[in-house]
Amino acid sequence: MDVSQYLEIFIDETKEHIQSLSDQLMILEQEPDNEDCINEIFRAAHSLKGMAGTMGYKRMQNLTHDMENVFTEVRNGNMKVKSNLIDVLFQGLDALEQYLTSIQETSDEGTNDNENIIKALNQILEEELGGGDGKAAAPAAAPAAEAAPAAEAPAAAPAADGGKWDQIKLDESQASVLSAAAAQGQNVYGITVYIQESCILKAARAFLVFKAIEEMGEVVVSNPSSQDIEDEKFEFDFSMYVISAEPIDKLIAAAKSVSEIENVVGQAVDTSKFAAAEDTGEEPAPEAESKEETKPAPAAAGAKTEAKSGDSKQAAAAAGGAAPKKTGKPVANRTVRVDIEKLDDLMNLVSELIIAKNSLVSATTSVAEGEKNQAVNEQIEYLESVTTNLHESVMKVRMVPIESVVQKFPRMIRDLQKKLDKKMELYMSGEETELDRTVVDEIGDPLMHLLRNSADHGLEPNDVRVERGKPEVGSIILNAYQDGNNVVIEVQDDGNGIDVEKVKAKAIERGTITADQAAVMSDKEIIDLLFLPSFSTAKQVTDVSGRGVGLDVVKSKIEALGGDVSVKTTLGEGSTFTIRLPLTLAIIQSLMVEVGGEKYAIALGSIDTIEDIPASAVKLVQAKEVMQLRGNVIPLVRLADVLDTESLKDPNENLVVVVVKKGDSQAGVVVDNLIGQQEIVIKSLGKYINGSKIISGATVLGDGEVALIVDANVLL
Amino acid sequence: MTEENILGTGVEYEKIQYMVIRLGDEHYGIDIKYIDNIVRMQHITRVPKIQNYFKGVINLRGEVIPVMSLRIKMGLPDDEYTNITRIVIIKLESDAAIGILVDEVKEVVTLDETCIDKVAYDSKDERTNYITGVGKNNGGLISLLDMHLIIGEKEPS
Repeated sequence: MDVSQYLEIFIDETKEHIQSLSDQLMILEQEPDNEDCINEIFRAAHSLKGMAGTMGYKRMQNLTHDMENVFTEVRNGNMKVKSNLIDVLFQGLDALEQYLTSIQETSDEGTNDNENIIKALNQILEEELGGGDGKAAAPAAAPAAEAAPAAEAPAAAPAADGGKWDQIKLDESQASVLSAAAAQGQNVYGITVYIQESCILKAARAFLVFKAIEEMGEVVVSNPSSQDIEDEKFEFDFSMYVISAEPIDKLIAAAKSVSEIENVVGQAVDTSKFAAAEDTGEEPAPEAESKEETKPAPAAAGAKTEAKSGDSKQAAAAAGGAAPKKTGKPVANRTVRVDIEKLDDLMNLVSELIIAKNSLVSATTSVAEGEKNQAVNEQIEYLESVTTNLHESVMKVRMVPIESVVQKFPRMIRDLQKKLDKKMELYMSGEETELDRTVVDEIGDPLMHLLRNSADHGLEPNDVRVERGKPEVGSIILNAYQDGNNVVIEVQDDGNGIDVEKVKAKAIERGTITADQAAVMSDKEIIDLLFLPSFSTAKQVTDVSGRGVGLDVVKSKIEALGGDVSVKTTLGEGSTFTIRLPLTLAIIQSLMVEVGGEKYAIALGSIDTIEDIPASAVKLVQAKEVMQLRGNVIPLVRLADVLDTESLKDPNENLVVVVVKKGDSQAGVVVDNLIGQQEIVIKSLGKYINGSKIISGATVLGDGEVALIVDANVLL
Repeated sequence: MTEENILGTGVEYEKIQYMVIRLGDEHYGIDIKYIDNIVRMQHITRVPKIQNYFKGVINLRGEVIPVMSLRIKMGLPDDEYTNITRIVIIKLESDAAIGILVDEVKEVVTLDETCIDKVAYDSKDERTNYITGVGKNNGGLISLLDMHLIIGEKEPS
């Protein structure tokens, strides 16, 4: 049996279970008596253990086993949840995550046994279960559970003595293999394995038995077949013929070492009867028997577990563990896991389709007005709406909620709370907000930086907060929502806010700006200095943040994703970092403009309005051109100058001004002409070209020409 | 004895095919394994504020590809576009494609190691920085270009 085909599912499900464990532990810490929560944890740990065992990851299985032991005691009311227990459990989760990462990378769990965690768990177990007898009871508890069925085993054994291997029908080649092995002096054994009826992962146990036996010998044939066993198409026993040089006792011991095995019976068989069977060429009776037995098995298996579940608590737990799996199946059928690369391919094809559509549009518009065919126009309009819808659908497929990224933050804040010795609370909203998969994968780190920043620099120590009349527990708010073609993520804290004077002093001290410059800079400009590389205002360098990397990394990462980050702060009241990200990365609506005979695209999302102003309306302030727009004075940027080209327009003519915005700031971009709105596919300029910050990419126009995309954010 | 030498006595010289291109009066060779395509001169979209040896970008079957002027990179006078100016599309291993402007594409020649001489490094001459050797072919000399150095980020010192 090959487990590699299950590896991906294993990784996905383990991730889900670990996340669920983490979430529930957080809740449990707040409400130590929440029974639903304890049950949920138990179920997740139990499934984890089962899956790790199935896949043969022993270390992972051991760790989850010990964690599960603790949960069992908690569930039975034998011990209370305490902070130190939660700490150890979280360490355990971290260790599980490490196993998982290692499995993901190398499909091997690594060699770290995490003994200290296991020891800590058992120690807590001992202490909690009370004094001297607890000491004995705790280690005994685990073996006891396994020992009980073992104790029953001898009782059951005689009944099943002899095993069922003689029911296996051998075909000619198998019989001859066995006979040949016997002739060579090898031992041929018949083995029958009985699995506990409460076992919920029969196939997995059977697999482990096979694995153990195959280490010492060769399984020639089994009943039911290995395929049926893999598919769980058997009751609670299976038989096999094994060729091995080892004594039978060793094989039986190996098979018994697998948990949830009730009994193993085996003995050497006389191969001469195979020869006889070979001669007669038929063995009708056993065949009929075995068929009868295997056929009703799947149905009976289900019925039996259900019937048993009423009896004992243990079985109830087992059924509970199985339940989520059963309900999981129909859901899985409604969704499909798709490789992100396939979606990328699909996206590329849609992009090409849109380029082709654009060429068609430009080809028909260049035809003289009179020759235009009404029908062609209609079809092109239809094609346009189809491609736009197609694009939207593909985009939606690629969208995932940011939940997958933010769900790890409560845990992080919890850890920070202990590390920084500050009380704080994280409030999250808008986790369901969706973003392109590639963006979601990238925003985790920047968000983490911002949250740490808020926790470390933003929030004051608790005593200071009380002095200032603020609630003792600081709050950090993570809020996400969609705003037009953007997704906005805010990280807000009610801490001290940014001290502009301190930043100013620091900047001057570091030589980033001169005192003269500082005097004329606005507060906002000063705060923006924080986003410069190697600029940290933390008075103390801590483990959490303050190594001078952070905000600049956040900024560059967000900008690489086509977004931007800004900050608003009020001294003494707190600060808000706002990340703005584009909903899509590949295809955008843009305004095409002409400057100096060249065509450029400006993302429609960043455009506020378009103004037509007389040349005389341009005023000079501090030798910089500005214009007035509805009472606001906004700076003017002549795109021709920025792009090193010459405007082809008469300077006395009216100016065409595209007013772009970023957050609250505006700027007027002067262009020669407007061409119109167009859906464009963003292409990268490649890694060879650099130094052109203002150009964020290129696109292929309908006529095959390349137009550059101007990043209006850089102009502001 | 002489016959043995002609037969090479088992020593197999590596043979490499080069695409011969012309820049001004000189001929240069580009290892053919790096060449993806050769296209006619077409409109190059200027990209502002980039390295001076980049002319801009072109559209090659829907892909945006940067175009480099080999002349400027090698310190020669700027390109003059004619009917025989070509853009050679280069792909280094899995790297993205890049276009290189040449005055003319001549032919493909096969050179083995015996026809290639190493060149002395001359730090004053920018051209020698990008040349791995000089190949002799039918009496003509071909300077063999090191495409990794030409395309790579490394600026000549």
